Amino acid sequence: MTIFTNARLINPETLTDDLGWLRMEGNVIAETGTGTPPRGESIDCGGKCLAPGIVDLGVKVSEPGERHKESFASAGRAAAAGGVTTMITRPDTQSAIDTPEVLEFVRRRATEDAIVKVKHMAALTKGRAGREMVEIGFMLDAGAVAFTDCDHVVEDTKVLQRALTYARSCGALVIGHPQDPGLSKGAAVTSGKFATLRGLPAVSPMAERMGLDRDLALIEMTGVRYHFDQLTTARALPALERAKHNGLDVTAGVSIHHLTLNDLDVGDYRTFFKVKPPLRSEDDRLAMVEGVASGLIDVISSMHTPQDEESKRLPFEEAASGAVALETLLPAALRLYHSGQLSLPQLFRAMALNPATRMGLASGRLSEGAPADLVLFDADAPFVLDRFKLRSKSKNTPFDGARMQGKVIGTWVEGLRVFEG
Amino acid sequence: MAFRQKHLLGIEPLHPEEIKTVLDVADRYVELNRQANKHSDALKGLTQINMFFENSTRTQASFELAGKRLGADVMNMAMQASSIKKGETLIDTALTLNAMHPDLLVVRHPHSGAVDLLSQKVNCAVLNAGDGRHEHPTQALLDALTIRRAKGRLHRLNIAICGDIAHSRVARSNLILLGKMENRVRLVGPPTLVPEQFREFGCEIYDDMREGLKDVDVVMMLRLQKERMDGGFIPSEREYFYRYGLDAEKLAHAKPDAIVMHPGPMNRGVEIDGTIADDINRSVIQEQVEMGVAVRMAAMDLLAQNLRASRETSDQGVMV
Repeated sequence: MTIFTNARLINPETLTDDLGWLRMEGNVIAETGTGTPPRGESIDCGGKCLAPGIVDLGVKVSEPGERHKESFASAGRAAAAGGVTTMITRPDTQSAIDTPEVLEFVRRRATEDAIVKVKHMAALTKGRAGREMVEIGFMLDAGAVAFTDCDHVVEDTKVLQRALTYARSCGALVIGHPQDPGLSKGAAVTSGKFATLRGLPAVSPMAERMGLDRDLALIEMTGVRYHFDQLTTARALPALERAKHNGLDVTAGVSIHHLTLNDLDVGDYRTFFKVKPPLRSEDDRLAMVEGVASGLIDVISSMHTPQDEESKRLPFEEAASGAVALETLLPAALRLYHSGQLSLPQLFRAMALNPATRMGLASGRLSEGAPADLVLFDADAPFVLDRFKLRSKSKNTPFDGARMQGKVIGTWVEGLRVFEG
Repeated sequence: MAFRQKHLLGIEPLHPEEIKTVLDVADRYVELNRQANKHSDALKGLTQINMFFENSTRTQASFELAGKRLGADVMNMAMQASSIKKGETLIDTALTLNAMHPDLLVVRHPHSGAVDLLSQKVNCAVLNAGDGRHEHPTQALLDALTIRRAKGRLHRLNIAICGDIAHSRVARSNLILLGKMENRVRLVGPPTLVPEQFREFGCEIYDDMREGLKDVDVVMMLRLQKERMDGGFIPSEREYFYRYGLDAEKLAHAKPDAIVMHPGPMNRGVEIDGTIADDINRSVIQEQVEMGVAVRMAAMDLLAQNLRASRETSDQGVMV
């Protein structure tokens, strides 16, 4: 039994942020309170924040295929240091996680090497090629928590319709990337003054709404449980709101980069700012922040995508997309807290409670009986990020040299301390 | 104000006074180029390497001639045929070349921003000879020089840039330069080739060519960049010529003394009528080619002066 005393309890279920204590019994949370803490072995939190560990939906660990970019061991260490207690990994590896056998392999690797919890998503179609659905039933039995082709949009609507229908019959959750594949083909940035000035191939933000509209029609048709991995444009939000209002089983996420950066950050062709979908305008960014505040957007993810130096040290159009973010997710999210746009409980609702609920996990909350997955952090501690100090094998962060606030003091997974800051 | 740049990567970083300096120096080189002895020693002892990752005849020849007339040792590398085919990255190519101690690197690359990237990795002056759809600064400078000599000034002019703006680095560099020098720039072309976003640069946009050409002093035609198009921007070349090709009837809407420009190579009968292109009273297309050599000599001369000055102040003999 351990008691965390003198802690700011960030409770995403009640949306409260009160000074109090939390008693941990074995691997579960036994009790929380605000008065005098019970006696026993205790950790004095010194008035710092204690929150449910982050459940990061959409982490890429580059196993199998590109272990030099990120392994379960390195990703696990980065996650623990970033307050992430559950990584929900993407299947866009080389090769894709599209058979029960490959899923079995990554589950074994994760169990052996990762110091935080790992749940796995599987591809929706074989090879993420958009032609044949994977063995959804077998993969569910093998532990897949959701099915997604990640940034590969299934272009053939008939294939997608069948996959969604089949997934519904299995009760599987499908995750899609709302993007019109034709309009976005070859694009490196979002269209606008900046893209025009830089002469880069660009995609209209409207491509996202078109992808969203198409998928919503298919969701209505099939009744599948569906999650949009990243919504990033203001124009997509009314359609999502209508769909939720009409009772479709849909949720949506946004990446931390789209909440904290905009298209101008690319500057002089800085490839560490190349992500997919590309960074949007400031108006879009603010609309997404509002979406998170209102709860219309359910989930904030890191969209952790490790890339080695070689795939980034190229002309912008040729450079690979993606950024590592397991360790920067929390301090970047805290920018929105310090700017007064989101409260800490709202942030943890989107980073812990909602993704856990959507994935059917008991974590992500501070309530009695929930797993003792916890993060203790100092929301104010300032630092300057040095990318070479990141624990990820890949160092491709857009926040290199950025002034940030928020340091993790400790991370616990099922009652075991996995990080000490 | 002198010319302070270490590289010539685009028009965007240049101060109007720096643009004026380049043009003034270029004016002197125009005179030199018209002499029987066209030689100067401005680049004597320096090595100039032309790296063209994309096909070019005119620009490469112009840079080569400019370097040779200034006394540089000039080497051409046809990069499409070389190491990139073997998988070498742009940065490795740059580092390899850098080890050979060049002084001036002239680079053309099919990707926007590639020349900026390369310039960060080498210890010499880099000239952008065109990167993707981004910039082509020496083209804009030679166009500016041509206009200044033909019109007697480079400000308060009405200038129409016509045609394939979307795929054109020439258009970008030109509209930035002409804007910096306080001219009114209009963009004329079908909306598929003239993105709306250009309005935010202070340009007026016309999809009717006759309206767009009304009372302009300068008509700049652009080449239809078929090689950069992945299909479907215009219905056909003949319809394009009918609506946006420059012929005598459309040109009649411009001022009577308006000049006609084209960066070359021309698609006669697609964006420009042959008789207009050859009309010595209106067309300054041949002058543009002549000014090209002079402007490139001026740019390399000025960059070499800065390079030598910075090497004198540095112990290692490399730029700091």
